[in-house]
Amino acid sequence: MTVPVLRVRDLVKEYGEGDAKVRALRGVSLDVHKGDYVAIMGASGSGKSTLMNILGCLDIPTSGSYQIDGADVGRLNEHQLALLRNRRVGFVFQSFNLIPRMSALANVELPLVYGGVRQAERRARALAALEQVGLAERVHHEPNQLSGGQQQRVAVARALVTAPALLLADEPTGNLDTASTDDVLRILDGLSAAGRTIVLITHEDDVAAHAKRVVRLVDGQIVEDRRQAPPDGPPPRLAEAAR
Amino acid sequence: MNPFEIVRFALRGLLANKMRSALTMLGILIGVSAVIMLVAVGEGASRSIQQNIQRLGANTLTVSPSFAGGGGGGARGGGDAGPRTQARRLTLDDARALTDRTLAPSVKSVSPVVTAPSATAAYGAASHAIAQFVGTYPSYFEAVNKPVDQGTYFFNDDVQAARKVVVIGRTVAEALFGSADPVGERISVSGVPFTVVGVLKETGSTGTQDADDVAIAPLPAVQQSLSGFGPLNQIVVQATGADTTTAAQAEVTAVLDQRHGVTGGAADYRILNQATLQETVSQATGTFTVLLAAVAAISLLVGGIGITNIMLVTVTERTREIGIRKAIGASRGAILGQFLLEATLLSLAGGVAGVLLAFAGTRFSVAGIQPVLVPSSVVLALGVSVGIGLFFGSYPADRAAKLRPIQALRHE
Repeated sequence: MTVPVLRVRDLVKEYGEGDAKVRALRGVSLDVHKGDYVAIMGASGSGKSTLMNILGCLDIPTSGSYQIDGADVGRLNEHQLALLRNRRVGFVFQSFNLIPRMSALANVELPLVYGGVRQAERRARALAALEQVGLAERVHHEPNQLSGGQQQRVAVARALVTAPALLLADEPTGNLDTASTDDVLRILDGLSAAGRTIVLITHEDDVAAHAKRVVRLVDGQIVEDRRQAPPDGPPPRLAEAAR
Repeated sequence: MNPFEIVRFALRGLLANKMRSALTMLGILIGVSAVIMLVAVGEGASRSIQQNIQRLGANTLTVSPSFAGGGGGGARGGGDAGPRTQARRLTLDDARALTDRTLAPSVKSVSPVVTAPSATAAYGAASHAIAQFVGTYPSYFEAVNKPVDQGTYFFNDDVQAARKVVVIGRTVAEALFGSADPVGERISVSGVPFTVVGVLKETGSTGTQDADDVAIAPLPAVQQSLSGFGPLNQIVVQATGADTTTAAQAEVTAVLDQRHGVTGGAADYRILNQATLQETVSQATGTFTVLLAAVAAISLLVGGIGITNIMLVTVTERTREIGIRKAIGASRGAILGQFLLEATLLSLAGGVAGVLLAFAGTRFSVAGIQPVLVPSSVVLALGVSVGIGLFFGSYPADRAAKLRPIQALRHE
């Protein structure tokens, strides 16, 4: 078997000191292979957001090891971490987190700017990414001129534009209405069918039904790891639709 | 990442809050323009004082009587004044002795001077109180740098014959004759008739004193009619050149010491040396300029603190944005660069605007002083404003760059 995109071993994260100490993660181990589409489920307080932040290199685990594409994240310095966040990981947040007063296009271009991509290529790639999420005619709108669903699609485009090895989505549909949720999930299904590796967090079964594999977290530990479709095939909903 | 992109981000950040950026810039603007303008005013004042001193005459020594004895007498410092039988005044014989070529080879000309107190000149119905009515020799004109504009000087003949002729300054001419030509007219000075032979070229006012409110007549004529044959008020000595003024001063001192029986420190006269005076004055005005610049520098400092303040607010306000940028791969250097550049652009823009304001401001004269722009002060002020941006911006920028992404993202 090839090197997994994501390899997590005995991940522990503790917050606070002494009596106030909270163990958010109590030894999580997980492998995600290329092309897989994993939904991490759990009630609030189950540690799923903490896990996500660590996977996105935004937070540092208390102990345990974590590899992306074979690179040990714990050994990277600040600069290398920034490079990793830029090149290997695309992050979609629950609250969109677009930069205000910047057009959709500029927001999508931003990771490429930090990646040192030239202006012309940057523009072409950003436009292609926006096209992919169906926002080709809204590229010059600023975030406050877009609906929530559109903003989240811009955020997905921004996460995609660097062609990362791993797409992380932290409750991407948590703040969206049903129609927008469907839009975003359809895009994620499409990406999965195209071979992207996706890890998303949700507490909704409807959302988890889109994934090829569902991991359930309770009190910082994995209690269930269920496969719904093979990692190298299409995601279950698309497969159903094709049938 | 491309430095050009960092500039773009920084500009975008500044333009997002135009009012705030403008007000912050204003602090630096005021500081920079204050530094440049105040230094320019100081320099202008210094130049105008130097000019006024030069206007008094080139390479001249002015000998005047000193009754204080010892102490702070002009060129002659010296120890305690011993008991002295008599302080001698300056006489015409003193002046004659100074013309001795062997004893005083560095002396070019000697002009004894008496000044008549309260001379009121009248011409027809017009009358004018002349501030300075001087009786002297023709060499005086050259020594104190007073060229004639209309008519002529008076000559040695006039002195020997004690003719009552006078050369008047522009102010006096205007007061008595208006626009009419005064040459050849007779005016009465304190009741004594004088014939105007010439009008001095206008020299302009020297601070509070009007250098054109003057009349110059032959020494004996003034003594006979106005001041009496008392002691001289001054002896104006002109040295042969700029490099011989010190030698001339020594010679004059030697001659007068001998004649007045001065031994040790306590001279009964003092010598005002043009060159020494200029040096002293330029030192004083230099101090004055530094003082002005220091005051202005404080306002520049305050402007710099304003930048720190606003950048801290900006960083706090945009903590979430910083978190987003870091989450999508902005390195620490990129964030540091962006905020440092924002601060530097703020202060640089303020600095440039301040320089422009100073260029405009120094075109106007302040309290009679025409400011003179000093190029080095412009360079310095601009350099300091950039330095201030870097220095005062570094703390907020560093704080922004050090933020952990997850903390920044959770910031509300």
